[in-house]
Amino acid sequence: MKIHEYQAKEMFATYGIPVDKSIVCRSVEDAVKAYEQLDAQKVIVKAQVHAGGRGKAGGVKLANGEAELRKHAAAILGMDIKGFTVDRILVGQAVNIDKEYYVSYVIDRSSKAAILMVSREGGMDIEEVARTTPEKIHKFVIDPSIGVPDFLAREAAFKLFDDITQVRKAVPVFQKLYQLLIETDASLAEINPLVLTTEGEIMAIDAKMTFDDNALYRHPKIAALNEPSEEEKKEQSAKSKGFSYVHLGGDIGCMVNGAGLAMATMDMIKLYGGNPANFLDIGGSSNPTKVIEAMKLLLSDKNVKVVLINIFGGITRCDDVAKGLLEAFHQIKTGVPIVIRLTGTNEKEGRALLQGTHFHVAETMGEATQMAVKISK
Amino acid sequence: MSILIDKNSRLIVQGITGRDGGFHASKMKAYGTNVVGGTSPGKGGELADGIPVFNTMREAVKETAADTSVIFVPAPFAKDAMMEAADAGIRLIVCITEGVPTLDVVEAYSYIRRKGANLIGPNCPGLISPGKSLVGIMPSMIFKEGSTGVISRSGTLTYEVVYNLTENGMGQSTAVGVGGDPVVGLYYRELLEMFENDPGTDSIVLIGEIGGDAEERAAEYIRDHVTKPVAVFIAGQQAPPGKQMGHAGAIISSGSGTAAEKIAAFEAVGVPVAKEPSQIPALLKGKR
Repeated sequence: MKIHEYQAKEMFATYGIPVDKSIVCRSVEDAVKAYEQLDAQKVIVKAQVHAGGRGKAGGVKLANGEAELRKHAAAILGMDIKGFTVDRILVGQAVNIDKEYYVSYVIDRSSKAAILMVSREGGMDIEEVARTTPEKIHKFVIDPSIGVPDFLAREAAFKLFDDITQVRKAVPVFQKLYQLLIETDASLAEINPLVLTTEGEIMAIDAKMTFDDNALYRHPKIAALNEPSEEEKKEQSAKSKGFSYVHLGGDIGCMVNGAGLAMATMDMIKLYGGNPANFLDIGGSSNPTKVIEAMKLLLSDKNVKVVLINIFGGITRCDDVAKGLLEAFHQIKTGVPIVIRLTGTNEKEGRALLQGTHFHVAETMGEATQMAVKISK
Repeated sequence: MSILIDKNSRLIVQGITGRDGGFHASKMKAYGTNVVGGTSPGKGGELADGIPVFNTMREAVKETAADTSVIFVPAPFAKDAMMEAADAGIRLIVCITEGVPTLDVVEAYSYIRRKGANLIGPNCPGLISPGKSLVGIMPSMIFKEGSTGVISRSGTLTYEVVYNLTENGMGQSTAVGVGGDPVVGLYYRELLEMFENDPGTDSIVLIGEIGGDAEERAAEYIRDHVTKPVAVFIAGQQAPPGKQMGHAGAIISSGSGTAAEKIAAFEAVGVPVAKEPSQIPALLKGKR
């Protein structure tokens, strides 16, 4: 789950990580008030959206004076950035930047631990730095049993600063950011850039945090910050019914049990020249209630011309799955053609039950996919 | 032969009195797995399908000399269950539970490694050495004793592949579902090494998917260390970036972790990649 920069900065401030003075605003009038409150000649106006590349999209502007602030605030509010409409801006005191650095903690799959990443290439697209000059990014694997002791934070800080005064200021920032990551079950806590001001202070002037969805149950305050997009709302509603759903935009609806098999099914549709409408994993079992709910979800997409049901019958045998499907489709009235492919335990018995019905019954994944693609054309 | 589990494995089911724990304990026992006990705090002394239930893992291990455990407890308690098993001296801990917070796994994994034990999962279907032992929730009837090793991040896709292998007369030495989360225990590299060293395994199937770069590193490992034929299938070529595809770990982040990159990595080291799961038996036979 993502949160906005201003929300992340509030968390930083709570943990004692220095941030620039800033105020979140929902209107030009708010922005003017914030400008007076900040009492600075120059301010930065930043769009608050759940998307990267705000600067490139024109969502970050420096304003010198109230007139400029009004102009930028009016332009950015309501702007569309990668499909997100800007309804909030962050107005912050412009900081005199001497140098910019990159600092983050992420959960690293390979070391199976949190890692601290620091770089002198701050303020840049870090993925680009990783691709072109990986040697400029320094990584430290964190042992969860000791966290980030002084020596480790110091070692990392010396990668960024040559002056011990600055190293001493950076050490607690690195330690507090780790504490924040752990205590909020974040999967990313990023400062890009961390700046050294001309006055010699270090400060986070951007803040990014994402959280582990699986841990939100123990962080109700963070969960309350969730602002799902329209597409995410549909995915979350599917999730509450025990499904994983992702809209893809094609015309062949898919219903599959298991995430891997569901991905393989949409890949095969493409391989045979069709276009999958969605990814839909209905989970291990496939009882009639679930099938009915899943069909409702698929048929709510008006582009769907045919539905491909691909079920592996493991512990739930194929003949039971077939009975369940017949029961479900007894209740669903739809003119959309249905291709069913059952495989696994008792597959012959399962297929026999579906013979003579209005379903198109296939044996292999290849055959089922070809049938569905043909119908969709 | 097989890897990780065989006839001698002595299994404790953690969370045996729960719905899933109880159901699968009976399935495993019926398959012939040596299920020596279960745990459920407060229900010690009871029997579950004839299997003795203990209050603690320490007691269970002391009474039964168990060396393997399988976890079915709900996600908020999974970290504690994994650590309890390691603390009690269990050597192989298999966590089936889905939805465990990532940092819980990080902490438990670190502790398990310090105890010298191995972890499989969480969010996995477990493993099976056909004809010998089943630890987890895999549908045993589709497996057949044989000499192909299977490693997978998925559940039903594994069954699909195994079904194709079995139909083509290719049984399995051991099939391991490593789990679909970003951080899980044993992974490709360790399992490839075990299969390479197992005299009972003569070919290996690796089933990967989008997210992370473990497949790319597995390809390098195969190039340098694996002499047995390997065939691969990668799911998620049509997955859009930034979307989690069912498994918490199946996500293309910032343009990396794509299926195309993974397929290219295997092809670059001469490992054949199947376009569809049904091609795998032929790819393996072609290399023998």
